[in-house]
Amino acid sequence: MRRLKIVPDNTKIPFVKYRHIAVGLSAIIVLAAVVSMFTKGFNFGIDFKGGTVIEIATQGPADISDLRTRLNNLGLGEVQLQRFGKDTDVLIRIGTEHGQPMDDGGQVVIGKVKAELGDKVEYRRIESVGPQVSGELIRSATLAVLISVAAMFAYIWFRFEWQFGLGAVLSIVHDVMATILVFSFFQLEFNLTTIAALLTIVGYSMNDTVVVFDRMRENLRKYKKMDLGELIDLSINETLSRTIMTSVTTLIALISLFIFGGEVIRSFTFAMIFGILIGTYSSIYVAAPVLMAIGITREWGSVQLGRGKANADKKA
Amino acid sequence: MLHFERWKIVLIALVTLAGVFYTAPNFLPKTALEEVPSFLPHKQINLGLDLRGGSYLLLEVDTATVNKDRLQAQMNDVRKALRDKRILYTGLGVNGDAVTVRISKPEDVETATKAIEGLGAMVSANLLSGGLPQRDITVTATGGLITVTNTDAAKLARAQSAIQQSMEIVRRRIDELGTTEPVIQQQGLDRILVQVPGLDDPSRLKALLGQTAKLNFRLVDTSTTAQQALATHTIPAGSEVLYMTENPSQPLLVQRRVMVGGDSLTDAQPGFDSRSGEPIVSFRFDSTGGRLFGEVTRDNVGKPFAIVLDNKVISAPVIREAIVGGSGQISGNFTVQQANDLAILLRAGALPAPLNVLEERTVGASLGADSIRAGLIASIIGSLAVVVFMMACYGLFGVFANIALVVNVVLIMGALSLLQATLTLPGIAGIILTIGTAVDANVLIYERIREELRVGKTPIAAIEAGYNRALAPIIDANVTHFISAAVLFELGSGPVRGFAVTLAIGVVTSVFTAVTVNRFIVSTWVRRARPKTISL
Repeated sequence: MRRLKIVPDNTKIPFVKYRHIAVGLSAIIVLAAVVSMFTKGFNFGIDFKGGTVIEIATQGPADISDLRTRLNNLGLGEVQLQRFGKDTDVLIRIGTEHGQPMDDGGQVVIGKVKAELGDKVEYRRIESVGPQVSGELIRSATLAVLISVAAMFAYIWFRFEWQFGLGAVLSIVHDVMATILVFSFFQLEFNLTTIAALLTIVGYSMNDTVVVFDRMRENLRKYKKMDLGELIDLSINETLSRTIMTSVTTLIALISLFIFGGEVIRSFTFAMIFGILIGTYSSIYVAAPVLMAIGITREWGSVQLGRGKANADKKA
Repeated sequence: MLHFERWKIVLIALVTLAGVFYTAPNFLPKTALEEVPSFLPHKQINLGLDLRGGSYLLLEVDTATVNKDRLQAQMNDVRKALRDKRILYTGLGVNGDAVTVRISKPEDVETATKAIEGLGAMVSANLLSGGLPQRDITVTATGGLITVTNTDAAKLARAQSAIQQSMEIVRRRIDELGTTEPVIQQQGLDRILVQVPGLDDPSRLKALLGQTAKLNFRLVDTSTTAQQALATHTIPAGSEVLYMTENPSQPLLVQRRVMVGGDSLTDAQPGFDSRSGEPIVSFRFDSTGGRLFGEVTRDNVGKPFAIVLDNKVISAPVIREAIVGGSGQISGNFTVQQANDLAILLRAGALPAPLNVLEERTVGASLGADSIRAGLIASIIGSLAVVVFMMACYGLFGVFANIALVVNVVLIMGALSLLQATLTLPGIAGIILTIGTAVDANVLIYERIREELRVGKTPIAAIEAGYNRALAPIIDANVTHFISAAVLFELGSGPVRGFAVTLAIGVVTSVFTAVTVNRFIVSTWVRRARPKTISL
């Protein structure tokens, strides 16, 4: 039976040779992310900005412009309407008045909208976050990302060497920045689930990176004299098939979720799909060049080898 | 590798069976579940509010009001203490965070200070003071000016008791709604988290929680009219202007002194007036309240009194005769619903301070049902696609990996049912993501076996080496996944937390299924088939 092979056996792609291009590209991505963050900023959802979101289902196809006029007449400040999935579903976003503290968790706003639209529409979802809570959510979300990056660094340092830890952390930072760039540049809504997606991307990207690192460590013990660049190339090529396979199975599952999982979760899924792609790239092209640049102490490899040998002797 | 110790086989079988048993109730209808004997698992997965529909409210107890009320009461106590000692004073009032009073004669200052200090009590705020009781007020005298301030311990103790009291009242009010399994939790120092599933319209819930429901009965000040007092800015001391609920523009001059407070109520029931037929709330006082009410009404026949709820006058009837039975009724042009809700509020008691809604998330039952359906379809299609892909890439070994995958999904469902963790929509996404990444461990193993085969090892040796050598990267890779799930769980809330839970459970179960279940299947196959070559 013929097998589907996404990556042919024994690839010998000279990844290290092209690393300058990759590093340049990554640098541009990170730079662009920073620029976009400061110039375009984010399209924060209510989790981080405060405000109210109401999802309604009308009986017939929704007349958006009529709804918009009626809601704008309520004097609630900035009101945005948007079709949400089906013809009958409309998402209403109501911001907090600029710079003004919102009334207690949007209760007045919700009351006014309900009075205007009446009982004819179905209120599928109402979310309202006050400015006090949204401020706390920003803090805890930022903290979550920082803590997980630090935890990853600590773990890799513990399992490998600090050079590996640094490479891993830089590749995480790269992935996070790239995702931020996409969210900022295209002004996609950035909310709590985006942070959840970011952390998942961090976990996934590490997963990929660790497998490559693990193979490098193994090869460092096996080929003590091999040139570092050659060794990195070998390790990446050896694990390439697995890296791609896992990315494909994960993407298959996520794409199914993106298509069939419903409107509520679509942006969350999009962030993860993007993250998987960028994470696959970075585990090959960010982590390894960092190791090339700072070098690895071969001493450590041989010490480990010695220990390994001792264990092997014991087993024998 | 080929040999599995007996206890390992038993363990694998037991874990898998347990997974099946704990998952099974999810496929039974609710009615059938009741007939499941109690020694068998009968719990279904706990669905989050975003899937079953319901309301999530984050409330804040307004502790500033608690302190303000307290200062007002202390001012009254100071007045009484000084009066009892016949000490002359001027300028008694609440001044920012303190009660201040100026004693007229210097020789009285010492007596006054002692008298006011006598008002203090010991409080123990269990956290800050280490459990030791501390004084609740500090009294300082500079010249003739006496300042009474509350200690931090007192403020903390009061805030703590305010939130505990509020939680209790909130619970009683929500219980009256008759919803199933409401969750009421304290968050931080002054917040209450309320989760009420299956409530399509939370406006009644919010109306019930939004009122402090401080009821009291007071006499109307008839020395002048409210309009006149407002016009001339001379409101008699000891009185205040309050407004009627039904006609907000109509003010009424009401004495500050409370005849009987709502805390003297023992019962309140909605009903209908026997003559007019309009909805009313009938109430009953406890014995002290009943006696007090009887005395005051006896002394004030012919005068109006006000029934005040949260500083609004519900009604102000004239006292026709002394009301001595200890019971009465409130009428105020209520609708049936309003009378019902007022009775609930009065029975549950007053909140010590107003509650502010900081955050609300309500999902209608229909959206929840849609999300479950969409999640289910996405999971099934996603799983099938992964299964087909694995078979296309690894053939028979792909089938082995797929069996492990099925066991994995069963284990995740079983673990969720057993732990009664909450499954949310992002949680479903977590399961789908896990389906994608769960095969990773098997991919690592299979790719390794391929490599070992390429360097010329025999099938059995290659398989053995594949499993052994792939273990380290599998562990490393999954620990990193687990770390991010743990951080998410700690810092996330609600739906995001549900995502972290399924992710973390998925990491654990997928490692188990890949390195034991799958390995067991493969080793059994190798022992039976004794393959000379394997196609992988």
